[in-house]
Amino acid sequence: MRNRPIYLDYQATTPCDKRVVERMLPYFTEDFGNPHSRSHAYGWSAEEAVEAARSQVASIINADEKAVIFTSGATESNNLALKGVAHFYKDQKNHIITCATEHKCLLDSCRRLEQEGFKVTYLPVQPNGLIDLEDLKAAITDKTVLVSIMAVNNEIGVIQPLAEIGKICRNAGVFFHTDAAQAVGKIPIDVEAMNIDLLSISAHKIYGPKGIGALYVRRKPRVRLLSLISGGGQERGMRSGTLSPALCVGFGEACVLAQKEMASEALRLKALQKRFYEEITKELDEVYLNGDLDQRIPGNLNLSFAHVEGEGLMMGVKELAVSSGSACTSESLEPSYVLRALGVEEEMAHTSIRIGFGRFTTEEEMDFAREKLVKEVKRLREMSPLWEMSREGIDLKSIQWAAH
Amino acid sequence: MAYSKKVIDHYENPRNVGGLDATDPLVGTGLVGAPACGDVMKLQIKVNDEGIIEDAKFKTFGCGSAIASSSLVTEWIKGKSIEDAATIKNTEIAQHLSLPPVKLHCSMLAEDAIRAAIEDYKKKQKIAA
Repeated sequence: MRNRPIYLDYQATTPCDKRVVERMLPYFTEDFGNPHSRSHAYGWSAEEAVEAARSQVASIINADEKAVIFTSGATESNNLALKGVAHFYKDQKNHIITCATEHKCLLDSCRRLEQEGFKVTYLPVQPNGLIDLEDLKAAITDKTVLVSIMAVNNEIGVIQPLAEIGKICRNAGVFFHTDAAQAVGKIPIDVEAMNIDLLSISAHKIYGPKGIGALYVRRKPRVRLLSLISGGGQERGMRSGTLSPALCVGFGEACVLAQKEMASEALRLKALQKRFYEEITKELDEVYLNGDLDQRIPGNLNLSFAHVEGEGLMMGVKELAVSSGSACTSESLEPSYVLRALGVEEEMAHTSIRIGFGRFTTEEEMDFAREKLVKEVKRLREMSPLWEMSREGIDLKSIQWAAH
Repeated sequence: MAYSKKVIDHYENPRNVGGLDATDPLVGTGLVGAPACGDVMKLQIKVNDEGIIEDAKFKTFGCGSAIASSSLVTEWIKGKSIEDAATIKNTEIAQHLSLPPVKLHCSMLAEDAIRAAIEDYKKKQKIAA
């Protein structure tokens, strides 16, 4: 492993599976054709590969393959779903519902639409990170065109009640989009059973290549959208531009592997998650899990270690590649808006660490990571004035802190 | 973020971690920052009859740069008169540790901590007198 830290940031990205890379390679050299060339065998062969990949991607979400549009990734898919639908239906409807803990790309698309005059409702989340379905029902009006709720949160890994949301939306005659970048390949997703009308996927979150994703756009009942990119009208006119057969093939293979191995992988990761969480809470006081434990993907833990600042902690565990909800890791100096939306106090948000694990994480690595964290948290607590005060029984909230 | 060698050294081998008896009239305690902002420093000094800081201890909740800044100032102020200690500028701390712009507030907090500890000491001396 060339002396690099143990990778525990699987929600940021995943390594490309070697089996995926192998399938991709011929499409850079021998099979280099433009899949949109209709006049010769190079084009036909590339097109065949792209269409096979499309059906593999469709299969993992139980979708009609004609309803899958390739994009550059989930950020583009989310942009296209939100802006595309809003713009197409703007003469009839002008209201969108989403939630406070969505990914930045989705919230930023909403802000842009608000500037254009659309109305956006940002649903709050409960302390466990899940939306309240009653809030959703109450927010829908006859002007609502789209509800966009992420399937799995990227920071805390919680799974929103997709089937229930889908049912509510279908009954109300409102389109349902879900950003499933962190969900596909981790939990079963079925666009039919869950009444999902639009769905975003990213290949690099499921051991596929970076630079490709997909948007599912339901055909029956039909969802229409205005494209963001003008051009040759590829991807049913919704996303112009030459597709990369190599990326498509890699994405398709990643979906095949994920579909085949999801059940056994989930069991293995669930066991790692349980062991890690149970042991670390035994070995350390005042460790808090952010987000629901049960309604959560198996490959994520987001923990707050009271009175130890997250970035300081990460510096101490340099053998581990993890991420933090601490302000200090962001340019904005604001702690994680996701944790804040859960009602986590700012101080606790500063102390959070996200541990993301997956296909290539071993039990030994998880044990090593835990021991490392325990040791460093103990060391830093000995150095923390807040830990000292809390041990002395001083209520930290009773102190007049000077904000700076 | 890449840390400078000096920051890493102070983070891994912090100098003068701990506490002094806050009720001792010769001890001044400064507590600055806020948990909600992600850094809190507690700096304590013990001043002798000649007004020289003969001991300094710190505890810090914060990132590596905050820990390093407070560790560094305990080294710097030990043996200095309280007047001289009060002249230490955040820019000197930042420069010594090669702090990037986004971490400058850590050095400012360390400067504040020195001042707060000295003020507390002077206040106690007035009461004693």
